[in-house]
Amino acid sequence: MTLEPILAEVEFFRGMKQEHLALVAGCAQNVRYDRGEFAGRVGDPADKFWVVREGRMALELHTPNRGAITIATMTEGDVVGFSWLLPPYQLRFDVHVLQPTRALMFDGACLRGKCVADPSLGLDLYQRVTRIIAERLEAMSLQLLDVYGEHPIETD
Amino acid sequence: MASIPSRPIDAATLGAGPVARDPMRPEPWRIVRVVNETRDTFTLTLEREGPDARAPFSFRPGQFNMLWSFGVGEVPISMSGPPGETRHIVHTMRAVGPVTRSFQTLRRGDVVGVRGPFGTAWPVDLAEGHDVVLVAGGIGLAPLRPAIYHVLQHRHRYGRVVVLFGARTPDDLLFGRELEAWRGRLDVDLDVTVDRAPPEWFGHVGVVTTLVPRAPFDASKAVAFVCGPEIMMHFAATDLEHRGVAAERVWISMERNMKCAVALCGHCQFGPTFVCKDGPVLRWDRMKPLLAVREL
Repeated sequence: MTLEPILAEVEFFRGMKQEHLALVAGCAQNVRYDRGEFAGRVGDPADKFWVVREGRMALELHTPNRGAITIATMTEGDVVGFSWLLPPYQLRFDVHVLQPTRALMFDGACLRGKCVADPSLGLDLYQRVTRIIAERLEAMSLQLLDVYGEHPIETD
Repeated sequence: MASIPSRPIDAATLGAGPVARDPMRPEPWRIVRVVNETRDTFTLTLEREGPDARAPFSFRPGQFNMLWSFGVGEVPISMSGPPGETRHIVHTMRAVGPVTRSFQTLRRGDVVGVRGPFGTAWPVDLAEGHDVVLVAGGIGLAPLRPAIYHVLQHRHRYGRVVVLFGARTPDDLLFGRELEAWRGRLDVDLDVTVDRAPPEWFGHVGVVTTLVPRAPFDASKAVAFVCGPEIMMHFAATDLEHRGVAAERVWISMERNMKCAVALCGHCQFGPTFVCKDGPVLRWDRMKPLLAVREL
């Protein structure tokens, strides 16, 4: 059964041309993870990325003295992983499954090949990914600001 | 504060809402309950003292009182308790400066000074018939809590009710029991996130604005109330607009250097707005241009 109808319902792909959806669907498969699993580890080849359909995954970094630090959590509709887009195609975060998760998993190498072969698909896909990266950067900026922290100006 | 004259001011000068007979004179209220919410945030429940001890107190969700710590100073703090409670008032505050730190040292039986209520309220009447989205960051949940109480008390008057709450860490989440109660209701959509979390936290990690795009409400008929640090409100209101909520249906609660609370001293003036009288609850479309001016 083709995954095109499922992809069409995912926010990330909303409005994508049918022929592009068909190309993307050719690189996709349904996957399922149990709580506690790692879908990927730092340094693994970034030959895949995910769109969460149900459940929760965390992007984590492990530090020697502080243990695992959660950078962000991803739930329904979220895209997980951008390292498949750029050399050296290696995961920069651990992808830790916090709740039983169903996801669409995409073969990054397969998609990159199709983007090169069909630049209009490449442009569309890269624009969608860029928008998400911009949103994540904005969210990370807010996290870095530590808006709920105690700041010297806050006195009474 | 000593330089501010203590003289009666007519109610029309003070804007909407009931006020004390002399809004510049603090009335004695006794602390009857202290709850430590987090490491630095606590809730005081107060009961009126003196000859007016039986006089009912009323306020509208979003309004604030000026709370006086005797010998230390006065601060504006929003009410955080149920708006229908006339015998007690509830204030939740974070110890960030000398006055709020002094409040943190007070115990049951101590007396504080209270002036108020002052300021504008969350437009809960205007929101009737609409989906209501309440976005809170950190201590910002406290000024929104009376609005949540009101909406839940009159649940049938509203569409979907969505509460989005962000805090720094799981240890900084306010009103844990109520969060659990609201999460358990079938007619409330509550989502909670934290900016940082230890491995044992299985909830959302990320800023509260990341909850806006996925929240279950109809943007075309939603009214949003946003309260938290100014930068958080800016991003949350912007994301609500991106989602399709009209700017004139988004309300924020501003905090400025409020001193007299009756628009006389000018300390809280923000462009043409006196935050103490025209606010603290203000419409986003009117505040957005002002918040973009660095000098303000």
